[in-house]
Amino acid sequence: MADVKKIATREAYGNALCELAPKYDFVVLDADLAAATKTGIFKKQYPERFFDCGIAEGNMMSVAAGIASTGKPVFASSFAMFASGRAFEQVRNSIGYPHLNVKIGATHGGISVGEDGATHQCNEDFALMRSIPGMVIINPCDAVEARAAVEAALLHNGPVYMRFGRYALPILNGDDYKFELGKGVLMADGTDVTLVGTGFMVSTCLEARELLAKERISARVINIHTIKPIDKDILVKAARETGALVTAEEHTIYGGLGSAVAEVLVENAPVPMARVGVEDTFGRSGTVPALMEYYGLTAENIAKKAKEVISKK
Amino acid sequence: MNEARIKELKNIANDVRIGIIDATHAAKCGHPGGSLSIADILTYLYFEKMNIDPENPKMENRDRFVLSKGHTAPGLYATLAHRGFFPVEDLLTLRKIDSYLQGHPDMNKVPGVDMTTGSLGLGISTACGMALAGKIDGKDYRVYTIIGDGESEEGQVWEAAMFASHYKLDNLCVILDLNGLQIDGPITEVMNPTPHDKKFEAFGFHVITIDGHDFNEIEAALGEAESVKGQPTVIIAKTTKGKNVSFMENSVNWHGAAPNDEQHAQAIAELKTRYI
Ligand SMILES: Cc1ncc(C[n+]2csc(CCOP(=O)(O)OP(=O)(O)O)c2C)c(N)n1
Ligand SMILES: [Mg+2]
Repeated sequence: MADVKKIATREAYGNALCELAPKYDFVVLDADLAAATKTGIFKKQYPERFFDCGIAEGNMMSVAAGIASTGKPVFASSFAMFASGRAFEQVRNSIGYPHLNVKIGATHGGISVGEDGATHQCNEDFALMRSIPGMVIINPCDAVEARAAVEAALLHNGPVYMRFGRYALPILNGDDYKFELGKGVLMADGTDVTLVGTGFMVSTCLEARELLAKERISARVINIHTIKPIDKDILVKAARETGALVTAEEHTIYGGLGSAVAEVLVENAPVPMARVGVEDTFGRSGTVPALMEYYGLTAENIAKKAKEVISKK
Repeated sequence: MNEARIKELKNIANDVRIGIIDATHAAKCGHPGGSLSIADILTYLYFEKMNIDPENPKMENRDRFVLSKGHTAPGLYATLAHRGFFPVEDLLTLRKIDSYLQGHPDMNKVPGVDMTTGSLGLGISTACGMALAGKIDGKDYRVYTIIGDGESEEGQVWEAAMFASHYKLDNLCVILDLNGLQIDGPITEVMNPTPHDKKFEAFGFHVITIDGHDFNEIEAALGEAESVKGQPTVIIAKTTKGKNVSFMENSVNWHGAAPNDEQHAQAIAELKTRYI
């Protein structure tokens, strides 16, 4: 995929905020990371609608709730680690419980943060956010989806957690792409096994599909951009039609996409299943390709797991 | 304010205190001490100061109030009920399974409650958000929030203070209920957050210290707060936890305990003698 255009979803987030600004009334908050979260792009164009909260993420989330309570939607940004981790309780009690219209733009999610290492690689945000009633969680797979997701989040009435990545990812979707909140996307059809990816791992699943094809295994690939509420129908259908399934995510295997899919399948259509993700461990420093290799977040590993689940049918 | 109006307010604050005692007695739990300490301030805010309409609790340009020390919900509920937001009898449903009067304030359930609170330290930040939104939209509503002196040990209170002063939120008035007690004992023994005046001053606030049970002082301070431009105001209100119920005054035991039947009868009898 070397010749494919690559953009980080955080970049698309910053651009989307600017694009949406003339159309909708909202403000943007950040906690001294505007340059990195890319809300800085918005800050430059709309300084009067941007408010830096300083390095005080908990306060930022509660401030966002207060603004939203007056009827004005708010985007609040920081790294995924601090937005979902440091400020968990503020997100739960100030935003989640009163169901306020705050859109959390959490960048630098997952292992692909790279060299900053374990303290900044948030592999727990889906698990944390999934536990909050009414919280919508979106993790787009490319810049096109990220842009569309930001608008969908704004139009949704209630709290939304959006995870964006630091690392440039290939563009998978065309300009005519329509984002539907809560709906999984069939990226490629197949009959022997289903690969369910989210975010970064959607393109990796597509690569795994090519590897499997060489061994005459037909893999379906589904993109789950909305982790909550999850698209049960597309998952149950895939399990019934392909009889085996592998999930792939840049997140701990506890409580994220893999868990959410397992919960759906075990109650509706149990089939052999495997979860590719970060196994009960913290991250570490390294280049992104080296890290993906180190943690098994690769096409080869997904293909290997696919063959294992097929053999269990 | 003339003497007659002060008398009226004193009687209303007494109604509010009776409401607090009745509600926590009926619930067999809840937080009377810190509710009684703010009854006079709440009474002045809701019956004299704030631009609000019980018929239209979500009125767009209303003044906002955030009870950052959300555990003292009985005080807020009794005030709202007497102000006409909902029936006074409903206070007796406090904390019951089918009641809208949750243990801590819920903005989606209780008419007149502007923000959901209960987790200490969060409310003052949400009040900052409301004040900032008012500035952004050029609205002239004011935002009031009451925080506890124990609550001021939370780091987020100072994050919020920094924010309020940085964004020159002169439409925000923080009222600190300096009743000297928290759960585990006197604030100075548990984790001394004093001196509040110097801290808030250093954070860029206009600081006013008053007797939180004196209506003239409450009125003067709130008026002064409104006239201050370019910076937020904090009113440090010296109060008595458990105010006007003899056995509850200045006692940590009545932070989060309800009166039994006998104590309830005594408290109500004491409060009834205070009508003037
Ligand atoms: C974040 C948080 N920690 C702990 C509590 C439990 N708690 C409820 S009230 C209270 C003491 C509050 O003391 P203070 O702020 O002085 O309140 P007041 O004396 O006015 O009742 C505590 C620790 C809480 N509600 N929120
Ligand atoms: Mg106290």
